[in-house]
Amino acid sequence: MIPLRTTLSFFVDPLKYLVDLPTVLVDQAADSVSSYRTLKMENERLREDQLIHQTRLLKFEALEKENIRLRALLENSFKLGEQVLVAELLSVNMAPYEHIVVVNKGTRFGVHPQQPVLDANGVVGQVFRALPFTSEIMLITDPNHAIPVQVNRNGLLTIAVGSGQLNRLVLPFLPSNADIRPGDLLITSGLGGTFPQGYPVAVVDEFTSQPNKAFATITATPKALLDRNRELMIVWSKSTPVPLISKPTANEAETRTDAVK
Amino acid sequence: MQLNNYVGFFRIILTLIGAMCLRIAPWPGEMAAFNPDWVLLVLVYWSLALPDRVGIFHAWTFGLLTDVLTGRLLGQYALAYSLVIYICLKLHKRLRQFPFLQQGLFVFFCLLLSQLLLFFIKNLQHPAQLHASFWLPVFTGTLAWPLVYGVLSFIGLSQRIK
Repeated sequence: MIPLRTTLSFFVDPLKYLVDLPTVLVDQAADSVSSYRTLKMENERLREDQLIHQTRLLKFEALEKENIRLRALLENSFKLGEQVLVAELLSVNMAPYEHIVVVNKGTRFGVHPQQPVLDANGVVGQVFRALPFTSEIMLITDPNHAIPVQVNRNGLLTIAVGSGQLNRLVLPFLPSNADIRPGDLLITSGLGGTFPQGYPVAVVDEFTSQPNKAFATITATPKALLDRNRELMIVWSKSTPVPLISKPTANEAETRTDAVK
Repeated sequence: MQLNNYVGFFRIILTLIGAMCLRIAPWPGEMAAFNPDWVLLVLVYWSLALPDRVGIFHAWTFGLLTDVLTGRLLGQYALAYSLVIYICLKLHKRLRQFPFLQQGLFVFFCLLLSQLLLFFIKNLQHPAQLHASFWLPVFTGTLAWPLVYGVLSFIGLSQRIK
């Protein structure tokens, strides 16, 4: 059925771009009439942001190296290096009761189903279906979506399920005495293999436990701006873990065997 | 006459493509649940106005395209549309005699039948729990029928449902 859908999408996908066209035109018009002053101010602000982020990155690289070394001590593998592709949202509405959005990058750019999708603030969702020119992305708040998460404070593992509301996730599988409080950051745990480990997902905003029920009612607010962002990032994570101790070269191996002799 | 046929054919296809664009048009926020099934409305109009031109083949083809467009299970709209259009074709002679209000009632039942079929198919895939807003397009579709009727008979050929 997938080849048939792909073939038919060649006829149908132009319509999605056509419907998106007014939004693009309005955006471009707004860009072209914004004054020199606003542009200059925005430019300055972005420059400052850039500087701050660059400085943070300096530290991040050192930390990453340290992390690899520490993991080497634990004899643990470490996944490194993720490649991203910026995709733009098309303003079309597929089905009102499902949280599925359409972006303008498809299999022609190498997008494939089950790839994680992020924005600048956190996890957005995963690629649900990839067509040649567009792909459909299921948001983490879709009622059919669940994402394995971990409490950043203490490493408690659980699963966050979509609620059908754009600003809410539900954590239905935690007992009433779980160590979790409002304000806790939930990050991806990397279990399940779809989402890479360590990206922010949501912030816990309510924890209520009833004495007569086994499980607590916990809700969280997604970090990503699910309804306001037009730019998303589709992520490729390297499937093979980076070896921690580099393999000895031929010369080194020889000298070692000599030393043993 | 031959040329006229071609012009008419393209007009019908263009109105159907326009309906497909309206089908995925972005509505602000929660309003999206009100978006009626424009493709079916246009198909119903043409099958009543020109039953020898627009039939089950058109319904099935555009149903399949709508499936791809909205990312549904392949064939569910094709099935629903074909069935509704079959009924329209069977009844078109009688329906042309009906007053406008009664035609509106008929369109309401067409939309309801299509939505029921979609619900049935969704339930077959996995037990679905649907919001009440799933049924909203049936009502808004009925309200949109006079608009569709007016616009299509304006751009349509000389024949009318009447």
